[in-house]
Amino acid sequence: MSTQATTETKPTPPPIETVKIKVDGREFDVPKMTPDWQGKLQPTTMLQACQVAGIDVPHYCYHPKLPIAGNCRMCLVEFGTPAMGPDRKPVLNPDGTPKIIKSVLPYEPSSPRGAIACASPISPGMELYPSSEATKQMREGILESLLINHPLDCPICDQAGECKLQEYSVDYGKSASRFVEEKVHKPKQVDLGPRIMLDDERCILCTRCIRFTKDIVGDDKLGIVNRGSYNTIASYPGTKFENNYTLNTVDICPVGALTSKDFRFKMRVWFLKETKSLCTSCGTGCNTIIGSRENVMYRYEPRENDAVNSTWMCDYGRLNYKWINREDRLTQVQGSKLKVQTWANAIQYISEILLRAAAGSVAIVASARQTNEELYLLKKLAAKFNAITDSVPRVGEGDRLLLDPDRNPNSTGSRLIGIAPEKMGSSLPKIADGIRGGSIKTLIVFGEDVTKHGITAELLSQLEHLIVSDILPSATTAAAHYFLPGCAHVEKRGSFVNVKGRVQRFMQALQPKGDARPEWEFLHELVINVTGQNGFVSIEGLFNEMAKEVPAFHGVTWAGLGDAGVTVQI
Amino acid sequence: MSFTVPAALEAELNELVTHYPEKRSASLMFLHAIQEHFGYISKEATEWIADKLELQPINVYELVTFYPMFRQEPAGKYQIKVCRTLSCALAGSGKLHKHFCEKFALDPKAHGVQTSKDGKFSVEFVECLASCGTGPVMMCNEDFYEAVSHGKADEIVGKCK
Repeated sequence: MSTQATTETKPTPPPIETVKIKVDGREFDVPKMTPDWQGKLQPTTMLQACQVAGIDVPHYCYHPKLPIAGNCRMCLVEFGTPAMGPDRKPVLNPDGTPKIIKSVLPYEPSSPRGAIACASPISPGMELYPSSEATKQMREGILESLLINHPLDCPICDQAGECKLQEYSVDYGKSASRFVEEKVHKPKQVDLGPRIMLDDERCILCTRCIRFTKDIVGDDKLGIVNRGSYNTIASYPGTKFENNYTLNTVDICPVGALTSKDFRFKMRVWFLKETKSLCTSCGTGCNTIIGSRENVMYRYEPRENDAVNSTWMCDYGRLNYKWINREDRLTQVQGSKLKVQTWANAIQYISEILLRAAAGSVAIVASARQTNEELYLLKKLAAKFNAITDSVPRVGEGDRLLLDPDRNPNSTGSRLIGIAPEKMGSSLPKIADGIRGGSIKTLIVFGEDVTKHGITAELLSQLEHLIVSDILPSATTAAAHYFLPGCAHVEKRGSFVNVKGRVQRFMQALQPKGDARPEWEFLHELVINVTGQNGFVSIEGLFNEMAKEVPAFHGVTWAGLGDAGVTVQI
Repeated sequence: MSFTVPAALEAELNELVTHYPEKRSASLMFLHAIQEHFGYISKEATEWIADKLELQPINVYELVTFYPMFRQEPAGKYQIKVCRTLSCALAGSGKLHKHFCEKFALDPKAHGVQTSKDGKFSVEFVECLASCGTGPVMMCNEDFYEAVSHGKADEIVGKCK
């Protein structure tokens, strides 16, 4: 088998040691050890054991990807442990079952004493009662105390609809507050950093944001100042919370305390349609969820994928979506040599040009921001004319967390498919020379302004045919003889390969603007017209055909990519 | 504003760090020493300590704001500390505190330490001064006074030159 693709390369796991416990009276074999936030094996906690049993334990401060703090107390669970005799043997009930001693308050034995499930390890024979009346009462008490000083300004709060206070209030809240005293007032609209606004009155002091920036980012900027009911989250006076990952604190903030300056007051979250997508701002390919409504994109949020981005994404990538809604998007078929500006006409003209083109007279510059499917179709065209092809490298500064120096989302795909040479951009001077020398008469450009990369406007004017597809205007689109409006990634489906060889697919969130069409659709028509080869009319079929043809993708299927993608050998 | 710690104090602090397994553990002792020497803990002092203990300023600032006995502003020449724990509260420490505040044109309802305009007196409530049988009790700098009536209070203030 030449199948190299695997979901994850893991050695055969050793047999897992389990512990027998009971959850709500049902017996479960739970792994003795479970990976913690760093992936290190630690004794399984009550909360994790309940997850194994399929029971959610409500929580605020606990986050699977952060160190445990145990300060919100919401995950309190009633529990009991097997009684031990003086001989260190379990004491049995008359019916032969082990006698369980429920945990109670030492000074008030009639009251159950819960344990915080997030930080308490399980032990053999333990019984957890996450659905008991006592557990419910503990949660009601905790929630009531968390809401004592909370402003209850849900109608104007951005978190409304995705707020854990709201969610747990439905389960454990009271319909009216018993608190008649004056609430403590704390700072509001605190400008914590360039992208973050803080409302200290809404904060429940779970410290998720503090732990995130300290332990994940390594930028120990936030802390809790003052004391008691005046406790507030703050950065050191005169400093800003401004690392490249600050917006993740908005995601993990379980309440409406931290809000994104970009998103706040823009849209009620329950109106947003969620689409699984990818970030295109660098070669890491962070998994994202696009929030859109009525064909307008409002936000990116990171989507969990432990093989790529855990549950995080950088602020740079997250806010790099404004160009999608830009007013000057090119949405019409046009071009100086196109008389009738329709798709049918343009495809027919271009097909005729390409059918007449001699081998070696065509060059293709295809962006490494394009999908594998589009690059594959362009490669098929290139093969027909023995055309020189290349992509344009984009390099920036990387960091140790997620941001990769390669600012193209699909450089790896471009290389694997054979559009870009090993050193991306090294063929661009050859293309420029070819045009200058007259051997290259037709240039096809997808998604790049080649005038900025050595193929000057003057050179472009020497071409017989300049065929361009893009979504935003540039000197190259202005010079185009034939221009075909394409789509932003949010307006089509496709796949990218990240810098580590993870093949990932993304879904369509928005409808293309104006006459624009997904590039793979019209490229598919051109390939049929020019090469005579038939293809597939769906992205699924196209991907699967590519997987057969491109060696690196052997054994991968569109369906097999799933939501998390597949790692291939690069 | 530049902040300089005298060499003798710095040597003392350096020695202090060696008492602890982690540098961070010396934070509180540093804060005490700095306040004792300078009278209060300025922003510059906070940053100096953070730098010295390889911490972020916020880590030190959390402590400064947590403990009411750490001052971020210079205190008055005479610091009047009125006990407000139960016995003294029953014996009239509230009225005593109010008496001082009115004497120095301060707000008796304000939270925390207040200093008179001329910078001579600071007034604040503190917790138990451990003489519950003789309340209300108070301290003026390092001197301790028991059963402080308003008349006795005026006498104490009178002695402050």
